[in-house]
Amino acid sequence: MTDSDLPQGPASRRIDPAGLVVAAVLAVLAVVLVLDARQLPATTMYGMGPEAMPVVIAIGLGLLAIGNLIDALRGNLPPRESADPKPVLLILGGLALLIAIIGLGGGFILATSVLFVATSAAFGRRAILTDLIIALVMSTLIYLAFDRLLTLSLPAGPLERLL
Amino acid sequence: METFAALAHGMAVAIQPMNLLYALIGVFLGTAVGVLPGIGPALTVALLLPVTYKLDPGGSLIMFAGIYYGGMYGGSTTAILINTPGESASMATALEGNKMAKAGRGGPALATAAIGSFVAGTIATIGLAFLAPLLVDFAVKFGPEDYFALMCVAFVTVSATFGDSPIRGLTSLFIGLTLGLIGIDKLTGQARLAFGVPELLDGVEVTTLAVGLFAVGEALYVASRRHHAEEKIEPVRGSLWMTMEDWKRSWKAWLRGTMFGFPIGALPAGGAEIPTFLSYSTERRLSKHPEEFGKGAIEGVAGPEAANNASAAGTLVPLLTLGLPTSATAAMMLAGFQQYGLNPGPLLFAERPDLVWGLIASLFIANVMLLVLNLPLVGLWVRLLAIPQPWLYAGILVFATMGTIAAKPSVVELSMLAGFGVLGFLMRRYDFPIAPVVVGLILGPIAESQLRRALAISLGDPIVLLQSPMSATLLGIALIALLAPFVLKGLDRFKASED
Repeated sequence: MTDSDLPQGPASRRIDPAGLVVAAVLAVLAVVLVLDARQLPATTMYGMGPEAMPVVIAIGLGLLAIGNLIDALRGNLPPRESADPKPVLLILGGLALLIAIIGLGGGFILATSVLFVATSAAFGRRAILTDLIIALVMSTLIYLAFDRLLTLSLPAGPLERLL
Repeated sequence: METFAALAHGMAVAIQPMNLLYALIGVFLGTAVGVLPGIGPALTVALLLPVTYKLDPGGSLIMFAGIYYGGMYGGSTTAILINTPGESASMATALEGNKMAKAGRGGPALATAAIGSFVAGTIATIGLAFLAPLLVDFAVKFGPEDYFALMCVAFVTVSATFGDSPIRGLTSLFIGLTLGLIGIDKLTGQARLAFGVPELLDGVEVTTLAVGLFAVGEALYVASRRHHAEEKIEPVRGSLWMTMEDWKRSWKAWLRGTMFGFPIGALPAGGAEIPTFLSYSTERRLSKHPEEFGKGAIEGVAGPEAANNASAAGTLVPLLTLGLPTSATAAMMLAGFQQYGLNPGPLLFAERPDLVWGLIASLFIANVMLLVLNLPLVGLWVRLLAIPQPWLYAGILVFATMGTIAAKPSVVELSMLAGFGVLGFLMRRYDFPIAPVVVGLILGPIAESQLRRALAISLGDPIVLLQSPMSATLLGIALIALLAPFVLKGLDRFKASED
């Protein structure tokens, strides 16, 4: 018997908004699948065309949306601990910067260093300069190891051209 | 004996100096990455895939074998020394092993885990070597409808039957199946769910999904709850070696764990959780020291750890013979095969016996290397565990994005990685299992093409699925496995209300 099997008190029998969102997202996904499948031209082949499977999966998603909705209304969801959104946003910001730097041709070393510093700050480090130096050294070593030794092409920017 | 000849041939491939080196690198990297907290074997394989991009298929698969087993060993070290099992299969190990470490018996706990994994891994790999050819002979006769039915069984067992909640598991599976639809349909060349984005035409990369869900998702999740509790590493105090008493209490547990792990892993039932927990409860029942359970009983580490490793070798049976991944790690191994255009299955045994048997032989070698490497190097692994959390997760994210940047340095691909990271974070937070998404993505398109092939042969008549006795039986099993958890839950509730 696990904890979730234990009889739950009346407090936990509340409607769970997160579960409602999950159900709604699944329903929307099902609609998107059906709409996308409908724009595929029907083929004359025997058997199933490419439009059949999306519809099958959409039906499954629809049923699961109902199932999740019932769970949410019954408040049947496992308990959650509180979460701090700030570090999550900091890491996502780091990822966004990484994508921007790669997209604009800033190169591997700069991009991953920014991500490193952002993540490390999200986990509570405040020594940003030290972390930046560590990040630059580490990503330069990774770049050299992968680009030169394993001949994997990593995107080069101004810093990589100096090497 | 055919198997002996094939295995000897495989051994000859594996023992070439270059391949031995690949195995050694794989074992070393696998352990080093697997030992990092929060990184399970599936993620270890996903993160290290880019390292193998430029190798030839043989060498790369051998390195994979090492990474796979190394990741498992590393995971058990983490479970014992910090109480954070990287995956649910290490939960039982963490339960007793961490208590042993707290009581200053971390050394024997690590030793019984390492030796137990070796014993189980070796026996299970022998099982794999003998079972695989039999299954291949059988699988040659499979038609596309049988494969489709088999995959239905895998879908259901991976997502619904053995999880906490069938609805949540199936939701995860269907998210994976939906992602699997994206891209050009292989049979007609039409684009599905690409929304005019050229990068989506190739479909979703398994590695991008796995690394996003596991690595980025885990980093976000740990960061979001950093304010809860800091993890504590138990130092390895006292002797590393097991006493006579420890050996006496361990060896039967190893063998019993193997007996649970291998057959359950070899069934397309997915996951090592069941055998590890079966082993744990069996050891607890049979132990002469039941009072020690929960306080650090060595049998509670030896048995589950052996079961875990044996089931890992077991999952290679359906993977190699049928191309059927039944765990996230096996799905990553399949992705490793696919990057060379290789499809595991009966054909691969016939066409590339050197590859398949070289891989199986390397599993033996990797096992020996791990035993030799792991105990003496335990100090090094402990030091890896002590990397401060900010740098650890920052480094993990750098490595995670590096794999994607090396494979496809496009803004779309990296955005997908970040998006899957958010998905992984939300799934962890709201308690949806992750492995079914990966299995759905990789197996969904294969199942669809088998179904469509079957229907094309039957001129569109769906009765073909029930005409083949094999396929009808398997679909029946899938249906039962799908309904069983709902029925059992109903019974549970009934019983509870009676009490």
